[in-house]
Amino acid sequence: MKSLAELQAIKNRMKDKVVLRDGMESTRVVVGMATCGIAAGARPVLNAFVEGVNKEGLEDKVTVTQTGCIGLCQFEPVVEVFEAGKEKVTYVKMTPERAQEVIEKHIKGGQVVNEYTVGTVTA
Amino acid sequence: MKELSLNILDVAENSVKAGASLTQILLTETDDVLTIEIVDDGCGMSEDVVRSVVDPFYTTRTTRSVGMGIPLLKLACEQTDGSLSIHSTTTEADPSDHGTHVTATFNKNHIDFTPLGDVSESILTLIQGHPDKDFLFKHAKNGGEVELDTRKLREVLEDVPLNSYDVMEWVRSYLREQYEALG
Repeated sequence: MKSLAELQAIKNRMKDKVVLRDGMESTRVVVGMATCGIAAGARPVLNAFVEGVNKEGLEDKVTVTQTGCIGLCQFEPVVEVFEAGKEKVTYVKMTPERAQEVIEKHIKGGQVVNEYTVGTVTA
Repeated sequence: MKELSLNILDVAENSVKAGASLTQILLTETDDVLTIEIVDDGCGMSEDVVRSVVDPFYTTRTTRSVGMGIPLLKLACEQTDGSLSIHSTTTEADPSDHGTHVTATFNKNHIDFTPLGDVSESILTLIQGHPDKDFLFKHAKNGGEVELDTRKLREVLEDVPLNSYDVMEWVRSYLREQYEALG
């Protein structure tokens, strides 16, 4: 059974990391988590980004956060990627599989996945 | 919404937006009835606002003037012959005891009952998005109870954020093990 002692061990391991991480993030992934996003499947998309970023060891550079309705409900789940010094990229109609691809090609590889962006996908 | 757990996530997000420091998500299940309560200590709503949140064309959002959260939950319970009630006290009305209490009851055996789905994932999503807020989650069924209180985790974690990946994974396993024990 999971115990609070185990959580204590996680805390001890993380304590030093937290100080190190402060201010290091350069990329922000924002997932729309209002009624429209949730109904369209934003919860597993968010989860895929959180998992993927961790699996690729990108957690020091990338933060995954949530926001409310962006105003493109018919395109939900909507994900915005903000990178320092670059224009915002808006991905629409996202799925966990597409999230994986965005992490691989865009966040790791620096190539925007144009086929999933708001300019390309039609409602 | 495909699962009631998504309605829970949606309504609890409103609690956080209402400035709640603690949001309680309380589920009670018998063989026939599921009761979902979402209780927060946020800013509350006036009687007029409570009356209008069940109306899909009411919202506090400024980008557009429709809000579907509560109407969707109301629909989900009423289509099983269940019911929805909202009690709310504004900060102005009672500075020391304010907030909103949403109660939805469902007849589980009704043909139009929406499956509850994965509530643990909704709790994890809330923690991920709002690591500085507290959540108390309880799910009573089969004579037992699943419980998670982020205030207790915070005592152990101190300044380590609740949405750290390792902490989230711990919470996921912690909930899964409790559900497995319940059967």
